[in-house]
Amino acid sequence: MTERRVRVGGGQGFWGDWLEAPVRLVTGGPLDYLMMDYLAEVTMSILQKQRARDPARGYAGDFVTLMERLLPLLVERRVRVIANAGGVNPRGCAQAVAELARRLGLAGKVRIGLVTGDDVLGDLDALLARGHELRNLDTGRPLQDVRAHVLSANAYLGARPVVEALQGGADVVITGRVTDAGLTLAPLIHAFGWRPDDWDRLAAGTVAGHLIECGAQASGGNCLVDWARIPDLANVGYPIVSAQADGTFDVVKHPGTGGRITVAGVTEQLVYEIGDPTRYLTPDCVADFTSVRLEQAGPDRVRVSGVRGRPATDMVKVSVAYHYGYKAVGTLVYAWPDALKKAKLADRVLRTRLADLGLRFEAIMTEFIGAGATHGRLADLGPLAADLPEVQLRVGVRARELAPVERFTREIAPLILSGPPTVTGYAGGRPKPEEIVAYWPALLPKAEVRPVVDVLAA
Amino acid sequence: MTPRARRAKGAKGPKRVKKVRLLELAHARSGDKGDIANIGLIALNAEDYPLLVRQVTAARVARHFRGLISGKVERYELPNLHALNFLLYGALDGGGTISLKTDAQGKVLSTALLRMEVEVTR
Repeated sequence: MTERRVRVGGGQGFWGDWLEAPVRLVTGGPLDYLMMDYLAEVTMSILQKQRARDPARGYAGDFVTLMERLLPLLVERRVRVIANAGGVNPRGCAQAVAELARRLGLAGKVRIGLVTGDDVLGDLDALLARGHELRNLDTGRPLQDVRAHVLSANAYLGARPVVEALQGGADVVITGRVTDAGLTLAPLIHAFGWRPDDWDRLAAGTVAGHLIECGAQASGGNCLVDWARIPDLANVGYPIVSAQADGTFDVVKHPGTGGRITVAGVTEQLVYEIGDPTRYLTPDCVADFTSVRLEQAGPDRVRVSGVRGRPATDMVKVSVAYHYGYKAVGTLVYAWPDALKKAKLADRVLRTRLADLGLRFEAIMTEFIGAGATHGRLADLGPLAADLPEVQLRVGVRARELAPVERFTREIAPLILSGPPTVTGYAGGRPKPEEIVAYWPALLPKAEVRPVVDVLAA
Repeated sequence: MTPRARRAKGAKGPKRVKKVRLLELAHARSGDKGDIANIGLIALNAEDYPLLVRQVTAARVARHFRGLISGKVERYELPNLHALNFLLYGALDGGGTISLKTDAQGKVLSTALLRMEVEVTR
């Protein structure tokens, strides 16, 4: 007898990922749930800026566009969707999808689950008044230091409210800040009825979520090991977790797709963006990555077993976004001969002019792209340094005030006629100052966060 | 018989110690959490994992990245995956949206670590 399997596909690894991937996951073979992770911390800051300009925005608009293609297919194939596309405005996102469903003639056929309660901005002062200092996990400073500049504050919800939405019959679950891994864990809890204290299975589902939350990074994309021989990345199959009730699961992809799923590649994703591997913290459990066993169970099939978990802590992570200041980055390209020397001279000229103007910056950073920008002194160019065909000069500045950054953006182009020769690559025009919305990670007792679940009929 | 096989078999004479880049023994993936970069280092062959544990210490990695990061280096072991996880503090010019670096999220620090040389006995 074959044991029942539940298949969850990871269709988006970030907002801006391949638009074809979720469609192919739904049409390319068996799938029960389509999970899409839209929210990096950088993404939350972009969405936050959008909502500040227009209160109707603040969610991943691409998700709604995608749903226009997908909804009829999802209904036909009974695939349910879980996405944190709601960003800082999940209700707006849910309403847009409901409207879309009606327009597509699917009214009454699609139920939309809405998970909110992650937004704690309105409670912030009350929380501070009750003695929660929301100290920055990295710097230890209390939130009061930047309170006046706070733009948003979102607690990381776990899988539980998503499970509730699925139990309420939701076909498309839209959330705000839910942990990436929780989006995959939730349908497994729902499908298998895992208990809230079944720590090993919750940890297994969490590992499953961690493995597919970055899309094709688990199936051959951005994979270092043997990268040149990974087949057909143009047609890469996004990863699918094929799970069993005991928590054992396989990472697979649809037949006929490109990419590759191997133990080595899956290991790369397992160690990606983790801290202490024995304590992978989520609101649902603490997963121990040192317990994970991987084996190649077939071509493009990696079996994951043995995952151990422990009770979740009573704290949840809160991500606070605050206005930090401004930055801008300018670039120019210098050509052979002496490309690097010319770029270095241009940098000195630029810095002298900035200083002579009396501009004050928190930081000025110069990089020479093509001559060791990413690995610094570790990249020893040797004699090649004198003979590079071209080097891109890249200068970035950061300040609390807009004025010096704005002035900086007008100092790049003048270098073309008044700096070192054989310069090009300026067709993009003057760099644009960009507001910096920075992130402030902190902890809050779980009891202070109350997830809210609605299931709406389209 | 190749010279290498002869050395391995011979009771006399030390084995040849050779320096190789980690790139020949391991692969890696890196990313960010705020201003902290993480680098997961994975042995290409399980039998080389003890060598990584012995030679690629937190102190050695801190020296490797001296001048490129402003804080400490922590190391965690994942023997089940023949992998080590390194946390590099102060690696990203403030990290995330604040950073002015091209690699603001530490995505290519993985291969910066693979430039490190280790000693192998062959």
